[in-house]
Amino acid sequence: MIQSIDIEAFGRELDTIQKDVKASLGDRDRQYIKRAITVQRSLAMGGRALIFASLPLMPAFPLFLGVIGAGTAALGVSKILENMEIGHNVIHGQWDWMQDPEIHSSTWEWDNVCPADQWKHSHNVVHHTWTNVLGRDRDVGYEILRVSEKQAWKPVHLAQPVYNAMLAMMFQWGVAMHDVDPREPHLMAGKLAGIGKKAGKQLMKDYVLWPLLAGPMFLPVVLANLVANGMRNLWTYAIIFCGHFPDGARVFTEDEVANETRGGWYLRQILGSCNITGGPLFHVMSGNLSHQIEHHLFPDMPSNRYPAVAPRVEAVCAKYGVPYNKGSFARQLGTTLRTIFRLALPSRRRAVAA
Amino acid sequence: MSKVASLLSRLGDVAGLIATPLVPSEYVALVWPLAASRARKARVEAVHDEAPGVRTLTLRPGRGWRAHRAGQHVQVGLAIDGRVTTRTYSISSAPERSDGCITITVKAQPGGRLSRVLVEQITVGTFLTVGLPSGDFVLTQTSRPLFITAGSGITPIASMIRSAAARGQVPEITHVHYARTPADEIFGEELRTLQVDHPAYKFIVVHTAHGRRRFDELVPDWRVRETWACGPQGLLEDVERVFAAAGRSDALHVERFRPKLAPLPANTEGGRVRFATSGVEVRADGRTALLQVSEAAGLALRHGCRMGICHSCDTILTSGCVRDLRTGASIDEPGTRIQICVCAAAGDVELQENT
Ligand code: FES
Repeated sequence: MIQSIDIEAFGRELDTIQKDVKASLGDRDRQYIKRAITVQRSLAMGGRALIFASLPLMPAFPLFLGVIGAGTAALGVSKILENMEIGHNVIHGQWDWMQDPEIHSSTWEWDNVCPADQWKHSHNVVHHTWTNVLGRDRDVGYEILRVSEKQAWKPVHLAQPVYNAMLAMMFQWGVAMHDVDPREPHLMAGKLAGIGKKAGKQLMKDYVLWPLLAGPMFLPVVLANLVANGMRNLWTYAIIFCGHFPDGARVFTEDEVANETRGGWYLRQILGSCNITGGPLFHVMSGNLSHQIEHHLFPDMPSNRYPAVAPRVEAVCAKYGVPYNKGSFARQLGTTLRTIFRLALPSRRRAVAA
Repeated sequence: MSKVASLLSRLGDVAGLIATPLVPSEYVALVWPLAASRARKARVEAVHDEAPGVRTLTLRPGRGWRAHRAGQHVQVGLAIDGRVTTRTYSISSAPERSDGCITITVKAQPGGRLSRVLVEQITVGTFLTVGLPSGDFVLTQTSRPLFITAGSGITPIASMIRSAAARGQVPEITHVHYARTPADEIFGEELRTLQVDHPAYKFIVVHTAHGRRRFDELVPDWRVRETWACGPQGLLEDVERVFAAAGRSDALHVERFRPKLAPLPANTEGGRVRFATSGVEVRADGRTALLQVSEAAGLALRHGCRMGICHSCDTILTSGCVRDLRTGASIDEPGTRIQICVCAAAGDVELQENT
């Protein structure tokens, strides 16, 4: 790691930032999440209404396409908001401080085939505790991709550009299977059953019940819902892959993190995470995971606070000479995809020593 | 249930999946909050000042409400500074009320988080979250009840009396009510009128600022009456002592209308920690996280990161005060979910742990 910095002083500065935000949470934050939920649910309803409104317009085909396209886009955007700015963040406990039984990590379920309780384990516990530690964090390449030279090459990786593309399109299924760990065979059946139950309801909603309401116009509704879910899959894939795989993000070995202090844990979160620059709308649409560094430092801080906290974190990093990885969406996604293509082949150089 | 009905309800469940993972009513609640069925809501329909610092709120509960039994209480919640604060209040209206509304009568407590807002700031049209009526402080089939109330402790009893009057079946009630001064009386005028219309009801008001009278003189036959008492802690302790001494504890029903609040300890060097679910009680210091305390006591509670980021260890604080070791902030709101991997005891604590 980075030697020669006073890592505990560094950690204390970050603690102070967290403390300041916790102390200042109040009604404005509550209004933010309430409004986000209202907007998202209204978009979902509006999108579905537009999809239905388009059906009688079928004879005027371009008009039909325009209306069903708008409806599908609205539904897709609502699903993105639901999964990212709302679901992911509520399930992290970011809004638990409100003590509101309606918006609480203990009861929240999201519009995704992955059951929230499994996500809490695979993501909140495993990924956020063991961020980028090889052999511990199953988010490093999601167990199937080689995203770091430190991972040994296997022939199957030759096909990774292909299955990476498949993962992107069906990302919610990848998320759902994430907690099913072959190393824990005794838990697998229960987890698969949980996924089956959740996925059954999700599929029933989007591909049976809503289409049935359209009667003979079943098919356009199925397609619209498929596209909306697909939009969400691609977008969440892109944002999440920009979190830890762009050039410059570090991975760690278990030895490196043995006896890690709180300051050391903070440092690892920063070195292993990448931010994406962009405007306010982009940040909201990314669930503020464009502030991946801040999210990893403070996973249960309300996401609406990350934008204001980011410059403070960056300043602390600058003061201690800690690299702070941020770049445009194109840069972060581009270098991620390049790595996935490159590392499909065995590395010519020897693995970079830690 | 008949076969048809059960089939219909199954069909209803399937149709409800159209909103999964929500329920359809959550979409209706976007425009009509009372439709919410997961978290029940009530709309403030009217406010009425009863006495200085005491206000009656008329509430219209939404979907999923069930009628209360006179004497029962209900949990009421409102977001204050973004945090939902929940308190329990007795319902003061009679279940016979026909407009579907209930009333609660709230006294502003000094330092009270919710009560002061309800009394001083709440406006008509506000939506509160409400639980369902509960509690077994209800009237039994007795012909000669005795009611002892003080201050806003009169609220559940008012519901019983109003209910009896509404049904036209008022038993031979003796009701002793303590208020500081005439101006502090709650429902005084109404109950005096009721006494005129229903002579079986006897209403005795004692103004404590003007001195007390011996209870034996007020109600000479108290030993043969089944008794319901509600009021401040001090009064209830006195009543309990007197009834116990007379061997009449069985005939006494008590409602504590204000929970015992944990006094914030000045010295916060740990305390006794009780894990209510498993019944384990241990001493803890003020620096050791409660998760470690539980493990040292032989419990295996659910947890994940052990460093305050994953919320797997969230546990309900039922009473007492804990300190968040990261921020030093103290948490003493009963019902809060606390992260036991980063919180330590600040005084005596009771937790309701998941196992
Ligand atoms: S164990 Fe993760 S927050 Fe307590």
